[in-house]
Amino acid sequence: MEKIKEDVIVLGGGMAGLRAAVAAAEYNKNISVGVVSKLYPLRSHSVSAEGGTSAVLNPKDSFDLHAYDTIKGSDYLADQDAVEEFVRLVPEQIYTTDHWGCPWSRNPDGTISQRDFGALSFPRATFAADKTGFHVMQTLFSRALRYENIHFYNEYFATSMFLDNGRMNSLTTINLRTGDFVVFQSKAFIFAAGGAGRLYQFSTYAHSVSGDGDAIAYRAGIPLKDMEFIQFHPTGLVPSGILITEGARADGGYLLNGENKRFMQAYAPNKLEKASRDVVSRAIMWEIEAGRGVKGEYGDMEYVWLDLRHMADVLDERLPMITEIAKKFNGIDAHTELIPVHPATHYTMGGIDSNVRTTTDYSGIFAAGENACVSIHGANRLGSNSTNECLALGNVAGVSAAKYAMEHDIPDLVVSNVENEEKRIWDDLLKRNGGENVAKIREDLRINMDKNVGIFRDENGLNTSLKNIKQLKERYNNISIQDKSSTFNMELEWALEVGFMLDIAEVITTGALLRKESRGAHYRKDYPNRDDENYLKHTIATYTKDGPRITYKPVVITKWQPTVRTY
Amino acid sequence: MSDEFEFEIKRKDGSGKTYFQKYNVPKDKVSTVLEGLLYIKENLDQTLSFRYSCRMEICGSCGMEIQGKPRMACSTIIEDLKSDKIRIEPLKHYKVIRDLVVDIDPFFDKYKEVKPYVIRDDDGKYDKELSQTPEQFHEYANYAMCIKCGLCMAACPIEGSDPSYLGPAPLAAAWRYIADNRDKGAKYRVEVVDGENGTARCHFAGECTEVCPKGVNPSFAIQKLRKTALKIELASIFGR
Repeated sequence: MEKIKEDVIVLGGGMAGLRAAVAAAEYNKNISVGVVSKLYPLRSHSVSAEGGTSAVLNPKDSFDLHAYDTIKGSDYLADQDAVEEFVRLVPEQIYTTDHWGCPWSRNPDGTISQRDFGALSFPRATFAADKTGFHVMQTLFSRALRYENIHFYNEYFATSMFLDNGRMNSLTTINLRTGDFVVFQSKAFIFAAGGAGRLYQFSTYAHSVSGDGDAIAYRAGIPLKDMEFIQFHPTGLVPSGILITEGARADGGYLLNGENKRFMQAYAPNKLEKASRDVVSRAIMWEIEAGRGVKGEYGDMEYVWLDLRHMADVLDERLPMITEIAKKFNGIDAHTELIPVHPATHYTMGGIDSNVRTTTDYSGIFAAGENACVSIHGANRLGSNSTNECLALGNVAGVSAAKYAMEHDIPDLVVSNVENEEKRIWDDLLKRNGGENVAKIREDLRINMDKNVGIFRDENGLNTSLKNIKQLKERYNNISIQDKSSTFNMELEWALEVGFMLDIAEVITTGALLRKESRGAHYRKDYPNRDDENYLKHTIATYTKDGPRITYKPVVITKWQPTVRTY
Repeated sequence: MSDEFEFEIKRKDGSGKTYFQKYNVPKDKVSTVLEGLLYIKENLDQTLSFRYSCRMEICGSCGMEIQGKPRMACSTIIEDLKSDKIRIEPLKHYKVIRDLVVDIDPFFDKYKEVKPYVIRDDDGKYDKELSQTPEQFHEYANYAMCIKCGLCMAACPIEGSDPSYLGPAPLAAAWRYIADNRDKGAKYRVEVVDGENGTARCHFAGECTEVCPKGVNPSFAIQKLRKTALKIELASIFGR
């Protein structure tokens, strides 16, 4: 067992993690910062973000308007004090990354340009063509290279973290290259490990997004908040699920059903294709359910069309990546042909129960980005409100962790915890020989989630899902791991990931079953209306051996009383 | 045409032994090489190792030699290879860790060496953007598209014979920042790229540009770097 100590440990090398690492390293150059990630930083899912990042830069826009759009988008489940504080933090991050080299798209006069996005009342999505996440990540990673006090632990797979006396005591990892069991200790700890969207089959997410950060926190006893809210992006490319940015609709793209007719008029008469993601995703699904989907050449999945043909002149300048993707992956010329799309999992609104100061109920433990639930997104995140969260709250987390580290020591290691974890992996998991294939369990889990905990839900489906998950957990106890090698053992990594996924799937399903209303991305066919009287509250899931214990927490309302939400 | 692809994959196991192994992959299950590899891993052989993540050619994980050429597995449509036999090997010029997983650290070390970030003397609180017109952006846009997949390094003949050569992607990154009107760090970067491991080694074979999945042109960046280095050198001699 190898032991490594850093003043601050960041779990995750994506946008929130890198921003946090740079902030901590800059705050005090004598603080050592370790970034622990199962990937190399630039392989993180953050590079896939496309359309834009909302920020109030224009004098005609306002913080109140950004806050209101966000809160309405959240279906009133966001904490309004958090949203108000958050929107004020964002503009500085845009300018900061600009000074660091981010190629934000420009107006002819050299100022930063902004575009329209779904459910925004002002075009405030700052963007770098349709590669916003990619360019911001390149900028942050490069910036991080300037700091000798940032140490990267690439391809270290985190298996668990242990608390002692309410503080982080250890993070256990496998160095994938060597197979060594490595224990990290730190004064302050930041969760920034992203979401959990690969619990589903059809997804815009990178393969790597398996909810590790959420599961590690949950198993350690840190509660998760609002996990039943899984966002579906309306336009995942069929059949791969690759994201076709909302920017395409914001810039004027249309959705067409199988009869070649636009249909959003019936669902969002004012905003049409520019309504919020939950509304557009449901509209597509209703069209398909009504028999107006397209049955085409891509297997069983029915879909609708995204039409960009009338905007061919702007595609290469404003939407070069999706134009390239349509061509490379589907052989489609977006200038002249329609693009097949279907809603795909895209964002995990829930996460570690934390607040806009990025603190949790545990001293020295912070959370930022998709791994956290602040909550600023409530029941449905607005497009363009994710990358800005990573930047703004990643920065807050980094500074907070650095300050904390300066005032605290590293706690003594509780050796029994890490020894038990080492045994769990090498003496139990790796030696299992029950005949079940890990990948098959993962596939069955994804089929279950798509079918029973997708865009439309009801009591029967959710109960079925819980039953399925229990069976999958039993099968999981009987897996066989063929690969006994210590070098880059991906099968062992998959096995650990699937263990995480089963726990998170159980939390999502349980929260969804108990929330007998429809709000934002959570739509219950048996309870189609929002019920503020009973459910204007956050779901809190706490780990127990027998499954999640669910409690609730009030939503903070400041100046916007919940009203009927239409677009 | 058969209804299966035959994947012939170069393996390297934990003991360091290398060998080729063949797998049959049903055609209707896969369209990209990455999907083929995942099919094998999930159904035929759990011990095969390779890197992958975004499956949309933006994260740079899955570079490998496919039919003898460096390519991204995620964006290589198998049908486009016009063959039922698909030969897959780890990227050339990198140390193999296991199977198709190579040691990418030297690549990122070289990347870091060229100071790939905007250098200015006004670091601090930022409350306004730095002006940059779309024309100024287009000066460096091509080089900003690099996904750090490292395919160009595998294609570069100089890299193969001399690992101390900085190589196409790091040099293109150096130019990306020099060409950015917000940057003031050209002289620091030129010190690195104009050294004995830098631009002078390049023979302009152009293989780097040819294999780049994102259309980046490192070869052209290296020419620009040489000119800039000369200019800076002359300016220092003649005092301006």
